[in-house]
Amino acid sequence: MGLATFKGGVHPYEGKELSENKPTQILMPKGEMVYPMSQHIGAPAAPLVKKGDRVLAGQKIGEASGFISANVICSVSGTVKAVEPRRVANGAMVNAVVVENDGEYQTVDGLGADRDPSKLSKQEIRNIVKEAGIVGLGGAGFPTHVKLTPKDEGSIEYVLVNGAECEPYLTSDYRLMMEEPEKLVGGLKVILQLFDKAKGVIGIENNKPEAIKKLKELVKNEPRIEICELLTKYPQGGERSLIYAITGRKVNSSMLPADAGCIVDNVDTVISVYMAVCKTTPLMRRVVTVTGDAIANPQNFQVRIGMNFRELVEAAGGFKAEPEKLIAGGPMMGMALFGLDIPVTKTNSALLCMSKDQVAAYEPTPCIRCGKCIGVCPSHIVPVLMMKAALKGDCAAFEKLNGMECVECGSCAFICPARRPLTQAFKEMRKTVAANRRKKA
Amino acid sequence: MNKLLNVSASPHVRSAETTQRIMLDVCIAMLPAAAFGVFQFGLHALLVLVFTVAACVLSEYAYETIAGRAITVKDLSAVVTGLILALNMPAGIPLWIPVLGGIFAIVVVKQLYGGIGQNFMNPALAGRCFLLISFAGKMSNFALDGWTGPTPLAQLKEGASVDLAAMFLGKIPGTIGEVSVVALLIGAAYMVYRKVISLRIPVAYILTVAVFAFLFGKQDMSYVLAHICGGGLIFGAFFMATDYVTSPITPNGQIIFGILLGVLTGLFRIFGGSAEGVSYAIIISNMLVPLIERFTLPKAFGKEGKQS
Repeated sequence: MGLATFKGGVHPYEGKELSENKPTQILMPKGEMVYPMSQHIGAPAAPLVKKGDRVLAGQKIGEASGFISANVICSVSGTVKAVEPRRVANGAMVNAVVVENDGEYQTVDGLGADRDPSKLSKQEIRNIVKEAGIVGLGGAGFPTHVKLTPKDEGSIEYVLVNGAECEPYLTSDYRLMMEEPEKLVGGLKVILQLFDKAKGVIGIENNKPEAIKKLKELVKNEPRIEICELLTKYPQGGERSLIYAITGRKVNSSMLPADAGCIVDNVDTVISVYMAVCKTTPLMRRVVTVTGDAIANPQNFQVRIGMNFRELVEAAGGFKAEPEKLIAGGPMMGMALFGLDIPVTKTNSALLCMSKDQVAAYEPTPCIRCGKCIGVCPSHIVPVLMMKAALKGDCAAFEKLNGMECVECGSCAFICPARRPLTQAFKEMRKTVAANRRKKA
Repeated sequence: MNKLLNVSASPHVRSAETTQRIMLDVCIAMLPAAAFGVFQFGLHALLVLVFTVAACVLSEYAYETIAGRAITVKDLSAVVTGLILALNMPAGIPLWIPVLGGIFAIVVVKQLYGGIGQNFMNPALAGRCFLLISFAGKMSNFALDGWTGPTPLAQLKEGASVDLAAMFLGKIPGTIGEVSVVALLIGAAYMVYRKVISLRIPVAYILTVAVFAFLFGKQDMSYVLAHICGGGLIFGAFFMATDYVTSPITPNGQIIFGILLGVLTGLFRIFGGSAEGVSYAIIISNMLVPLIERFTLPKAFGKEGKQS
């Protein structure tokens, strides 16, 4: 009652107790490091190094190659072993710079130097963010400097920090809010410096009372920053759900948050902005939750980007049960992995190891039209009818049912008593429709 | 790791909801009414329940075996159909009649249209209407304590007054499951608590009947209450009109559906020849469901003001 939220949504088993009280451990890489040139939405970065080159931690090794693109930063020192396609979390082979880590962590000059953001101009801040290779670390990977450069700077009234962490099992943002709240507030202040009229709001689900208390205490003397307590419900941290819960504004598929006067950034992203601007440290690290019932000792790790997932599993005590499914990210929107031999990228917030795959355990049965999918859809569309269109491959009907408003949150497929693969079918349809639209354009 | 990993698109978790669990909840919700029916009408009522359910389950099993389809009796939907049909029978009915109705409901109304989720009419109600037309005399022979009499709504139609307390408790003639409003409401509350049904259809339905009876019948509280408690309205509104397959899926559509049911029931009762009318109102409205859904699709989030 009274808590900010949205209409719809589900309550999956949270699983956060496995790792929420485990302080973040710093984990140093051992083996080779792999830096895919595409860890973000948009054009892949262009490699700046070649085989045999010596590279340093903090060095730019991939250059943004378009308006929507991002730099890639080396997180160790060593020698470039190869520039070749490597497998990434989604199963694709992506051009990557492979670095043999010499274990010395030699850095580029000036890395880690304190910098006073109040002496920087808006353009300088944006350039620093761009150079640092920062993208949305919550999962989408949208280049942050692009997000911080809206068409109409004056129209931005809210800078929202997404601390909802509504995905089950994930605790990386929670640990950051508990352990580095000053950096979070510092990063938010830097972003607010770009938008004179904007108010900063950190939205946190009420299943994290400690984080709420801590941050409220920290911002009590910050006139431009507020903490908004959110109802714990999935997908509360979805961009559109979050904007609606905090501001009451509605964003649809043809709008950007900026069209509603909002900029939304994830907790780790804002901290990365702080590190880049105030500590002259580009994006080289992130916090990853390694968890699930197949993991011996669930943990939160601060790791170097480019590290192999196998090392994370080892550091978490290995598997205590044979995993049936490995997921990069959370169980609702994460990506199932083919194997562990892939690098941690900017957008990997978790590795979830499950000994049982709930999806494979059930055969889909016929739809009984219970309508539960309609009740839980945060986009207020009609999954049961969209599924009919999807099964026929009828793109026109799918679009007419507002299928393109689907945010692929998975709530409908989660709740479906007939276990029908609703979200899965919609992803396929949305891809087809988007491709057709591009063809026409 | 020796096994290959499972790879599929997200989401990777599922809620505990299953079709079977929902159907089980509906069965549980009908138990108070069924128990009251057996208590009131005697052992033969129990035989009607058992035989009808068995007929439904066995005919589903037999049909699916012969047609080479996957056997779906485990989802308990045939049990629900059998229970609803049986609770709609007069207690003294010869057993072969509900058995025939069960076979008709499952084979003709449900399976011939493609099985669970595909039928456009409530199978149990279609089965009941089939029996009502075929065996009108036996189907409306309501005996209570060895005395055969008209149902309260039939009395009401003749202008007589009725005993409301008896109607609420169920001390009246009628079908096995429709008589006790108390028992039905206990079951309905359970379904609402378990989130099996929403209140949209039943509340819209019952309120509309009340308003209709008030406007076009008598402006008298006990008259209106008699219409609500009698004629299987409570049973129909909570257990039959809310059938997922044959009611609208859209929230606004469910309210319209409920109002439509109320108007039809009111018309049949007050202006038509029938005293009850719930069954016919529901199966006629079932056929309008696709149309109702088409006009009540919810507005997509963020697109409320615009044409889609």
